[in-house]
Amino acid sequence: MKAFSYEKPTDAAAAAARAAEVEGAKFVAGGTNLLDLMKLQIEAPVHLIDVNGLGLDEITETDEGGLRIGTLVTNTTLMADDRIRRDYAVLTRAIAAGASGQLRNKATTGGNLLQRTRCPYFYDTAMPCNKRAPGSGCGALSEGAFSRQLGVIGTSESCIATHPSDMAVAMRALDAVVETVTPSGNTRQIPLEEFHLLPGDTPEQENALMDGELITHVVLPAPVGGVQSYHKVRDRASYAFALVSVALIRQPDGTGRVALGGVAPKPWRSAEADAELPNGARAVIAKLLEGANPTEENAFKITLAERTLAAMLKEA
Amino acid sequence: MQFNEPAGTNLFDSATIVGKDHTRIDGPLKVTGAAPYAYERHDVVEGQLYGYPVGATIGHGTITAMDTEAAKAAPGVRAVVTTLDIDPLELGMNNVARLFGGSEVMHYHQAIAVVVADSFEQARAAANLITVSYEEGEAVDYSLDAAFERMEGTGEPDTQYGDMEAAFSDGAVTIDQMYHTPGESHQMMEPFASIVDWSDGGDLTGWISNQMINWTHGSLATTLGINKERVRIESPYVGGGFGGKLWLRADTVLAALGSRAAGAPVKLALPRPMMMNNATHRSATVQRIRLAANPDGSLRGISHENVSYCLPGGRGENATAQTPLFYASEAMHVKNHLAEMPLPETADMRAPGEAAGLMALEIAMDEMAEALEMDPVAFRLANDTQVTPSNPDMPFSERHFAECLEQGAEAFGWDSSRPAPGSRREGDWLIGQGVAGAFRGALALPSGARAAIENGKLVIETDMTDIGTGSYTILAQTAAETMSLTMDDVEMRLGNSAYPVSSGSGGQFGAVSSSTGVYAACMALREKIAQQLGLEEATFADGQVGSGNERQSFLELDVEAVDSIQWGDFMGEFQKATFGAHFVEVGVNVYTGETRVRRMLAVCDAGRIINPVTARSQVIGGMVMGVGAALSEDMALDTGRGMFANHDLASYEVAVHADIPEQEVIFLDTLDDVASPLKAKGVGELGLCGVAAAVANAVYNATGIRLREYPLTLDLMLDQLPEV
Ligand SMILES: Cc1cc2nc3c(=O)[nH]c(=O)nc-3n(C[C@H](O)[C@H](O)[C@H](O)COP(=O)(O)OP(=O)(O)OC[C@H]3O[C@@H](n4cnc5c(N)ncnc54)[C@H](O)[C@@H]3O)c2cc1C
Ligand code: SF4
Repeated sequence: MKAFSYEKPTDAAAAAARAAEVEGAKFVAGGTNLLDLMKLQIEAPVHLIDVNGLGLDEITETDEGGLRIGTLVTNTTLMADDRIRRDYAVLTRAIAAGASGQLRNKATTGGNLLQRTRCPYFYDTAMPCNKRAPGSGCGALSEGAFSRQLGVIGTSESCIATHPSDMAVAMRALDAVVETVTPSGNTRQIPLEEFHLLPGDTPEQENALMDGELITHVVLPAPVGGVQSYHKVRDRASYAFALVSVALIRQPDGTGRVALGGVAPKPWRSAEADAELPNGARAVIAKLLEGANPTEENAFKITLAERTLAAMLKEA
Repeated sequence: MQFNEPAGTNLFDSATIVGKDHTRIDGPLKVTGAAPYAYERHDVVEGQLYGYPVGATIGHGTITAMDTEAAKAAPGVRAVVTTLDIDPLELGMNNVARLFGGSEVMHYHQAIAVVVADSFEQARAAANLITVSYEEGEAVDYSLDAAFERMEGTGEPDTQYGDMEAAFSDGAVTIDQMYHTPGESHQMMEPFASIVDWSDGGDLTGWISNQMINWTHGSLATTLGINKERVRIESPYVGGGFGGKLWLRADTVLAALGSRAAGAPVKLALPRPMMMNNATHRSATVQRIRLAANPDGSLRGISHENVSYCLPGGRGENATAQTPLFYASEAMHVKNHLAEMPLPETADMRAPGEAAGLMALEIAMDEMAEALEMDPVAFRLANDTQVTPSNPDMPFSERHFAECLEQGAEAFGWDSSRPAPGSRREGDWLIGQGVAGAFRGALALPSGARAAIENGKLVIETDMTDIGTGSYTILAQTAAETMSLTMDDVEMRLGNSAYPVSSGSGGQFGAVSSSTGVYAACMALREKIAQQLGLEEATFADGQVGSGNERQSFLELDVEAVDSIQWGDFMGEFQKATFGAHFVEVGVNVYTGETRVRRMLAVCDAGRIINPVTARSQVIGGMVMGVGAALSEDMALDTGRGMFANHDLASYEVAVHADIPEQEVIFLDTLDDVASPLKAKGVGELGLCGVAAAVANAVYNATGIRLREYPLTLDLMLDQLPEV
């Protein structure tokens, strides 16, 4: 870890302005991802701006009948909120499937969206990695590399990492919108669909935030009803990132929404695939993972996604 | 004390403390955080600095240059020592890759520098500033399958008797399969950690975390090239080792070199991401097993060949270890091969040999039972033996494998009607039961102790370690029993090179050896007490010593005795081993192929159980490790780079709480009077042996999918599960 300076502002716009002004500054919220990465020197901010004093820790109702979640609402609080449990059950289920109780107590809404990949080559600073060290190559794509956990779609020749969040997959199914404040003090709304970027030639650019831009809230539209489920598949029963996860919202008429985790650099969903829901799991996954480009080690994720969705459809 | 004949009746047959449940005497220290583990020993020496290691980042090759300028100039840095600064250090006992010195890189994350600084963070930051240039070694074929193909059938068999050709012909029922087990990493909770004071390059004191004080004491002296008399080490509490801490490792060496360079004591722990490639691990194996049986179920032939990898001079993983001893067979052929590969060092991990061997052999036995249309419990019973298969003149001292199977089947509710694989379903889960036999040798090593009466207490000193196993407690029980005192009268002191040499903790020999060593010292103390009091025919009872009707307390005396146990040659006339049977029920999700264990039972035949609660902890811990081995643990070898890529606990998945359902353990509490005066053997490794195969057999029973490759992950099954 490199030495860093630290401040804890109380105003969101001022925090964003500071982040843009101080070169090499970063926000820290729960710290459960950033501090680990700093210890390994995968991230080396010279200045930390602690957002925990910004007071953005409430869940309020919107005029449109939805909910506005402050970025500092912890994963534990969010999943336990009565309104979330009642109207957005897929979100509660997804968060509960992630990390551990202790981590969820610290993890925040904004921090969760911005957690970085778990690719083992990203984590070993001696390895080439275009995401960590742009231009150094992709450690996971070389001959004989270990890629079982990595992505099968939306990836590129530069990077095949996945976004590891469970929460974001449910939020994607719910059409969540990220609210931010920019360094110049403006607020912005970014649909989650557009929030995470595909790697292309620039896997180091992971999201649509501009330099210094601060997440203030995540807004959930009015409840969409339906049966909402989340199924996370992994080798051990708990405390592991998803091999594949499926968020499903299914309406009584058989229509609905499907988002996948563990397969792509962002929560993976498409309107065309949603439209296939009445035709069953095979049709949905064929559409959703059309053009997938897996490695030999992770090709099973495609079958797994289909079978997982099939199990859920039988129940929903 | 010499153990020259079977124990006969002795004080342990009427024991009131040995053989009874005692919670750990060191438990309160541990749960309050007061037990002094190596890295937290802030109080043992003043002025401790922090060391941080640097590991090589190529699979193998040569270091051509190291630049330490920036690191040396970094804030707080007191010393930087690189491997180029010194000649290759001597190898300590059973070290195969050198721990430091010279330019050769033998494996990924081999230690190549240590940075010493005022704070941990400074040392770590400075370590990151060191740049290294390498000349990479030649590309290597890391395929163990290819190695097996090359080596199969070569070399003198390790065991060979009977007519193998005949065994496999004329109406024999046969199976012939390949099995794969992956590399496994010890990943004990407490990392490798040491504080070393070698400030003046003279006398050296190490506060370390190590299973074998005496071996490591000698190795440290050898490696550093100093006289053993000048070295003192302590390791009173060890947060797990599983064999990883049997030997001197890089943490102690780097702390020592850092201390000498900085002129101050240095503490150093291996960071978790370095543990997998820097330290030792269990080699992957490729095994071929062929079995031939008569239609009545008796085995005619067993052929078992194994290959594992190691660095030149290493031992790999001998997965055939149990085969010559476990089942009766008319003919046998057993051969273990070693393939040299420039990978991190392979060495002992809990139940070395048997753990990987039974993962394969006990699937093969299940397959043969099926081929014979026999119940797998009955098939194993049909091939039980009381003598060494290759040498009928050598009996087992005690062997109750059959009772393990029979009692286990009864207690578990084993369904011997064997419903067809894949026929039992509850909701989305296919349910199956599996059984496997467990076998592990029962070694005993010489072991000594000092017993003394000091300040009204019975003090026991021995360099034995407690690696979480319960040594403190069982040795106190043995001492209290032998001296007819209470547990409260005993003060235990362990893990110090100043104390008499014990067996140390390893190979499940620790409990039996060190308890007998304590018994020997206490018996010697009884004699000294009798002498001092001028008693002939002294008897010890109820905390008193006496002769005839005269009785008196002896805790106010000032007296001591040192003795050790030496194991007699007569033991060589017997095969000594421990046995068990594991029963497992699993559910396999019919959609996703996820396997979840539902319940487990182990029945153990391991001699007298000195303390049922600590022994049970050992066995259930072994069963947990077995579930990890069965379902998730897998060192992912990057074959392009010669390194294990998943080198942290997020990606090397050991079993977690949610993976572990109800566990039950039954001890037969058989007495083995050839094994030791306590008639005890060990259980520390038995609990692991066979577990993974029981899981694999249960998965087969649940799904009809026969997996012969661990871990049994869902991707191996997806295309064979029922259509959805
Ligand atoms: C052992 C372990 C297991 C885990 N398992 C899972 C799992 O199974 N599923 C899962 O989904 N997650 C898992 N996680 C990840 C966990 O969910 C994240 O670490 C957590 O959500 C991050 O939130 P945080 O508040 O701690 O973020 P921090 O670590 O504080 O920050 C993360 C990033 O977000 C940025 N940031 C934080 N807040 C803002 C803001 N308001 N505006 C702009 N940028 C901001 C920071 O600058 C940083 O780059 C696991 C983590 C660990 C350590
Ligand atoms: S997949 Fe992406 S994160 Fe992983 S090594 Fe390649 S570039 Fe880095």
